[in-house]
Amino acid sequence: MIAVMNAGWDRFLDTGRIPLGKWVESVETFVTTNLSGLFDVIRAVFKGLYDAVDTVFAGPPFWVMILILVLAGLWVRGWKFALGTLAGLLLVVGVSQWENAMHTLALVIVASLIALIIALPLGILTARSDTASAIVRPVLDFLQTMPAFVYLIPALVLFRVGVVPGIVATIMFALAPGVRFTELGIRGVDREVVEAGHAFGASPGRILRQIQLPLAMPTIMAGVNQVIMLSLSMVVIAGMVGAEGLGTDVVSGLTQLNTGLGVEAGISVVILAVYLDRMTAALAKPRQRRFLAKRTAAASAA
Amino acid sequence: MSHNFAVEASSLYKIFGKKPREALNRMRSGASRDEIAALGTAAVIDASFEVLPGEIFVVMGLSGSGKSTLIRMLNGLLEPTSGSVRVMGSEIAGIPAPKLRDIRRKSVSMVFQHFALLPHRTVLDNAAYALEIQGMPAAERRERTMKILDRVGLAGWEHKLPGQLSGGMQQRVGLARALAADTDVLLMDEAFSALDPLIRREMQEQLVDLQRELGKTIIFITHDLNEAMFLGDRIAVMRDGRIVQVGTPDEILTDPANDYVAQFVHDVDRARVLTAEGVMEAPHAVVQLSAGPRAALRVMRDAQTSTVFVLGPGRTLLGVVRDADVLNLVRSGARDLSPALQQAAATVTRDALLIDLFEPAAESPLPVAVVDDQNRLVGTVPRVTLLAALANVQPVITAENAIIAPATVPVEVITETLRATGGPDNVPTRTPGDAPGSARTNTGGRA
Repeated sequence: MIAVMNAGWDRFLDTGRIPLGKWVESVETFVTTNLSGLFDVIRAVFKGLYDAVDTVFAGPPFWVMILILVLAGLWVRGWKFALGTLAGLLLVVGVSQWENAMHTLALVIVASLIALIIALPLGILTARSDTASAIVRPVLDFLQTMPAFVYLIPALVLFRVGVVPGIVATIMFALAPGVRFTELGIRGVDREVVEAGHAFGASPGRILRQIQLPLAMPTIMAGVNQVIMLSLSMVVIAGMVGAEGLGTDVVSGLTQLNTGLGVEAGISVVILAVYLDRMTAALAKPRQRRFLAKRTAAASAA
Repeated sequence: MSHNFAVEASSLYKIFGKKPREALNRMRSGASRDEIAALGTAAVIDASFEVLPGEIFVVMGLSGSGKSTLIRMLNGLLEPTSGSVRVMGSEIAGIPAPKLRDIRRKSVSMVFQHFALLPHRTVLDNAAYALEIQGMPAAERRERTMKILDRVGLAGWEHKLPGQLSGGMQQRVGLARALAADTDVLLMDEAFSALDPLIRREMQEQLVDLQRELGKTIIFITHDLNEAMFLGDRIAVMRDGRIVQVGTPDEILTDPANDYVAQFVHDVDRARVLTAEGVMEAPHAVVQLSAGPRAALRVMRDAQTSTVFVLGPGRTLLGVVRDADVLNLVRSGARDLSPALQQAAATVTRDALLIDLFEPAAESPLPVAVVDDQNRLVGTVPRVTLLAALANVQPVITAENAIIAPATVPVEVITETLRATGGPDNVPTRTPGDAPGSARTNTGGRA
């Protein structure tokens, strides 16, 4: 590898061009040749996760899934939203995109879940340590602003064509808001309440569990919402590397100049996006508020 | 070193900023707060004080005076830049975190300005929080917390969430949480400042009651001088990070250490701070019961008053006698003063506030008698003294203005009676015109 870099340096002296791309490629070559075992494991795990979730969503007949999703909407937001969900999902079925939509949903859920598993602890860490925050922040900036297509290239090389590079690229792209909102939420918890925890002798772990996380929950949930929405916006790109789902049809609509197919798949993405956004936004509101409303109603009735 | 103090702070410094050590060294070698401003902000400078067990120690100062920083060093929420803090005899500055947590659980709890309750927990769970951290089983801590909630007047509210309570009630939860922890020391950081005035007064009174009942050591931070004067057994006045005076409310008020303190106390409601003991005069017109009617009459004639305090054995206050009654006794040749004895019009205890002296002073022409807990007469507060104390001037005390119940029987009648009924009495007689008592009836009555 060092030899390659030296060669690159020599070429720079010749041409006056910084061979950054060459360096990255040499790193990539190094990683693929020496760490391919690791990436095979990651690939297997992600693929297994995706297949499991995909079976759950795409397996049952469409009307069973629609019923479940509509009932979930009814419970979380009420009958108007449930009605809208029903209409939207029937439209997806009507344009023959149901299978694709469920593949996409599975991809979004797996990618968001993994992104959150990474983002939440990282957010907690950055909230507690200014040093960690100072290190992680530019990395997040980098992840968020780098054009999403660029992630696909090394992901393809490392994980080969299929759903896994799509998941990996989606995680990279969607990670940042999860970390940022978690940090923001925890840092935003009323200083005095945290002090109260300390003043009564609570351990840092207890303060995190009983004070910081519950009070930061609305902000953290807003972050979760953002992660899911960014994941969804990546599915079209994931379609380019062979991840099955709505993205595949959007891409083929584009390559075949088939406006009809593109719009049908696109509309389905929009319907999924609206559903996921409203659902997670409702969950982002403090849970106890819904719970409380019921309780006070019960109390006043009693 | 000793355990005689509940809290003991010595030479505490807290400097925020990039180079606290360097700033500290420069301050120690005489640099002022402004001179080290580039190195850091000196929030607390060389603070030393001791708090006795069971006292309410108030730290008073305006915002930015360092009082909040000071109180946070007393339970280790802030690490002092230098100096030592002992709570119930154990040093807490610079000890490892687990030990510090242990001391916070056992010895020192805190009440916060903005209540600092957990909004997602019920009143009961909030108040039991300290016990939960201490590891007490749920049933036991519930039982104990319910008692405390009842004591602070929150019975029936235990299943509400803090958001459903008014500010005053939320702070009662904060107080209950600290009391439930059952620590010896209670730190209160501007605990009542966020409450409206009526609720604040109510909470202050309740705190004093609770303190008397439970005997906690309370360190109370406030920027409100009246609150400091009302609550404090002793007050530390802070300015720009330094403690400028420590003393009882009386001392702070009557003997301010510098112009700053003097200016600060200028607007204080003195009637609510000064006590009877702080302003009382030595009693002038008194007579022992055993001395008999003739002695009583002589005292009245000499002091030109119609009434004297009568003392029993050990200076206990028995009551008062009036000149006309005593005159009759003397004329009838009685040897015992008791038949003329009347209930003393107004007595107050040593620690009665001046505000509570106005009513008795208005109702009786006599000076208000100040007695100790064994009913011994320790002093009197004539009206003129009361007024002088409020105006913050030294009253010109003479025997004359200390007595405000002028004689109703002319001096020569008394002298004549004394001469007619008994032995020699060589007190010089006065002419009627010299008797100021009769001439000053009106003015004397209003003094």
